[in-house]
Amino acid sequence: MAAQDTSKQVTRRRERLDRGIKVRSEDIYALNSWREALYLLAPRALPVVALVLLQLLAPEYWQRVLISTTVFALLAISWDLAASSGMVCLGQALFFGVGAYLAGIMNHYLGLPPGLTLPLATLGGGVICTVLLLPVLRLRGIYFAMFTLILPLMIERIIEATKVFGGTEGLSGLTPFAHPLWESFLTMAALWVALFGLRRIMASDYGLVLKGINDNDRAVMSAALNIYRYKAQALFLAAATGAFAGAFMTHSYRFVGMPVFALDYSILPIASAAVGGLGTLAGPALGAFILVPLSEMLRGLGGLRIVIYAVLLVVFTVGLPEGVFHYLRRKYTQFERWTEVGK
Amino acid sequence: MLQGTLIYGFINSVMLLLVALGFNLTFGISGVANFAFGALYITAGFLAWIGLNTLGLPYWLAGCAAVLITAVLAGLLYRFVVLRVRGLVVSEVIATFGVGLAILELFRFLGFIGFEYTLPEMLDLEVSLGGVIVDGQRLTILLVGAGLTLFLWLFTRHTRTGRAFRAIAQDEHTALTLGINTERVATVSVAFGAAYAAVAALVILPLGTIAVNEGYHVLVNALAVCIVGGLGSTLGVIVASFMIGFAQTFTATYLDTSWMMVVSLLAILVILLVRPSGLFGSQKQLEERI
Amino acid sequence: MTEPAPQPPRDEIILAVEGLSKRFGGVTAVDDVSFNVKQGELLGVIGPNGSGKTTLVNLITGFLQPSTGRVSLKGQDITGGPPYRTAELGLARTFQMVKPFYQLPAFKNVVVALFSPRVKRLAGGAYGDRDAVAKDLLEEVGFERDSWVINKQASVLPHGYLKRLELARCLALRPEVLVLDELFSGLSLAEVASLVPVIEKLMVQGMTIIMVEHRLKELFRIADRVLVLNFGQKIAEGVPAEVMAQPKVRGAYLGSESED
Ligand SMILES: Nc1ncnc2c1ncn2[C@@H]1O[C@H](COP(=O)(O)OP(=O)(O)O)[C@@H](O)[C@H]1O
Ligand SMILES: [Mg+2]
Repeated sequence: MAAQDTSKQVTRRRERLDRGIKVRSEDIYALNSWREALYLLAPRALPVVALVLLQLLAPEYWQRVLISTTVFALLAISWDLAASSGMVCLGQALFFGVGAYLAGIMNHYLGLPPGLTLPLATLGGGVICTVLLLPVLRLRGIYFAMFTLILPLMIERIIEATKVFGGTEGLSGLTPFAHPLWESFLTMAALWVALFGLRRIMASDYGLVLKGINDNDRAVMSAALNIYRYKAQALFLAAATGAFAGAFMTHSYRFVGMPVFALDYSILPIASAAVGGLGTLAGPALGAFILVPLSEMLRGLGGLRIVIYAVLLVVFTVGLPEGVFHYLRRKYTQFERWTEVGK
Repeated sequence: MLQGTLIYGFINSVMLLLVALGFNLTFGISGVANFAFGALYITAGFLAWIGLNTLGLPYWLAGCAAVLITAVLAGLLYRFVVLRVRGLVVSEVIATFGVGLAILELFRFLGFIGFEYTLPEMLDLEVSLGGVIVDGQRLTILLVGAGLTLFLWLFTRHTRTGRAFRAIAQDEHTALTLGINTERVATVSVAFGAAYAAVAALVILPLGTIAVNEGYHVLVNALAVCIVGGLGSTLGVIVASFMIGFAQTFTATYLDTSWMMVVSLLAILVILLVRPSGLFGSQKQLEERI
Repeated sequence: MTEPAPQPPRDEIILAVEGLSKRFGGVTAVDDVSFNVKQGELLGVIGPNGSGKTTLVNLITGFLQPSTGRVSLKGQDITGGPPYRTAELGLARTFQMVKPFYQLPAFKNVVVALFSPRVKRLAGGAYGDRDAVAKDLLEEVGFERDSWVINKQASVLPHGYLKRLELARCLALRPEVLVLDELFSGLSLAEVASLVPVIEKLMVQGMTIIMVEHRLKELFRIADRVLVLNFGQKIAEGVPAEVMAQPKVRGAYLGSESED
């Protein structure tokens, strides 16, 4: 706002300002008009409406794509939640695969319907993954990342070796969902619950502690907070989200097998987060909505798809660490203009 | 039977050691966890293959060229990718992992799949060690494994660059004040680690085909050994290689080859529960980890 | 809301350190150090660079496992942590190398500490408005209330404010013993002068303080006793003036005048 424009010789510079609404703190807004309310609501409501419309109007093939996009968005949210709490996971496939297998096992061996396997696999997957990772909760950064990278790959080999749960064949002929629309709306509902629910948690004082652990875990410990408890809780939330995604896919494909532990399910969430922007949960979800349909369009390229992912991953991580979401948000909440600066 | 298992366990351990040394070397010196490691390993294999079959070079020349090019590629990887996100551990890991993935899947896309992608054996002989027949390639692995370990030991103690390596490994800031160009040493360390990967690839790959998936296995094996041994500790890597190597061979003989992975996983879990810093992880790293 | 926790009577031993040692490979960073801290006193810990002061703080607060020795707080064994338990029992510490949450606004840094179960317990189960309490605490350590600094991301705060933030985060726990690791280092004379009254006020309230410090002049004005470390060993302990008169202390500091 400090534009001194009196002198003759004038240089110009870009100035970046916040838009009208005065933000007093994180959550208390002084809303003065419908326009301001709309300004705040629109970015939240628009995606919800758009997704519902797309789901209803798109051709059937793209409806399927939309469903798997939503599932990957859930995985990306799961990744971001763990990463925001100081646990960078290179093996999201672990959460996905454990959830997928749990649902498959309960359906195949116990004959439970999707209405039961989904919630049970979500909770059970959360618990199992948390317990599996408990020994490495003390590790940070790459140490944790390394362990999570090898865990799903090893589980894959173990299933192959022990031939449990159908071995390399997997379990097929599982119960499908009653109606395709069910599928669409279930994934969507899950996405919005996970996104808005977890975002709310991260914005609370509890979330502050999680972010604190990511930033500086020793300072959190010195504040008499048992970081391992908080990390385990965050891990449970992340794992449950990922396990739901896996359990859903099991019933959607009516099949579960070793590929659920494949690298794809680990890479895509990370790539989504890198493209969308870390640390907001919404960014990675947005990233998934960019990457998955893009990869569908690139289907003709076959194996080159993963190469393109990988390159995007590197380019965004190294060159554009901000990500799409932060960029859009900045454009939305701030505006830029040229001001003249007297010399 | 037992004798054979022991000898093949030994050879398997040396193979693990060869694979893990390079990764550990880079990490120990510059703190860069090079997740493109497996991709560099496979790249070296394909480069040698191209040199041999497409360009018709003699084996030794194709091999040397492969090692050199791999090392240069790794140096470039450090300069143009890792350096830009240096210090942001997450980004370092993701970026190197992404590069590795791109390389490996590009090979797959370009059609480098099949039984014709093999490297010939280097020594055409067979020896009998205590009644067990060992072929020339496995003998080469043993010799090169011993040679590389010895070289690493001599190099870090008796050359200028090697001593700079050790200075940086201990304390980067102090090293800076001693007039060591840490940036350059880090580049060299990444290249050096990649050269180790390339040599390992050249001696190990003739045992089978050059397969893209092998790149992922190599990375997983290197990580497993380093976690158990304690990242950055050469002694730890040696001990861990032999522990996991023998354990794997014994399970393969008395149970089934597919159980080998289970053994590595168990070893890692047990070690992490008992000693989070790995067998020989130094105090400084433990500090990092609490 | 921010008054200190109820304190036991003065002169009772609140923190006891017995035979504490820490070896890093070949280096013995802390070598068989024993001392007691009485309720309500301010104990200064001094020593040349690298003499093991920070290591001693890490050992007491549970951030490092001692090689040998014991630490007890109010008769309870707290040797080797874990740090959050030590803090839960009322022993708070600042870091010499400041450790703020860089991504969070300044006052949210304090809110994290206010989230701890200890605070809830002392407040009788009610948390109250953490944001408001955090801002009160920041004002107490010298942040200007309602100024831009309080809402600013910690990553853009000047060093002086980060040091105050460290202190505020400790005070949020309403500790019984406060360990300050070189709180004054890197601060200007004016900044130190403005922090000294804050510490004096804590002393009046009956807080027990261990102050690791390099700024001897300021320390000696407020310390009841000082303890001198050299090469990890305790070489002297007592009233500041007497301790500084000892030749071996002068030797350790000035590097001259040889051994004992
Ligand atoms: N984590 C560690 N690993 C190895 N050596 C350490 C470690 N921490 C401290 N030291 C060594 O212990 C000695 C004491 O250090 P420190 O306690 O930081 O001293 P001060 O705080 O008095 O300056 C120094 O020689 C230092 O190099
Ligand atoms: Mg110190």
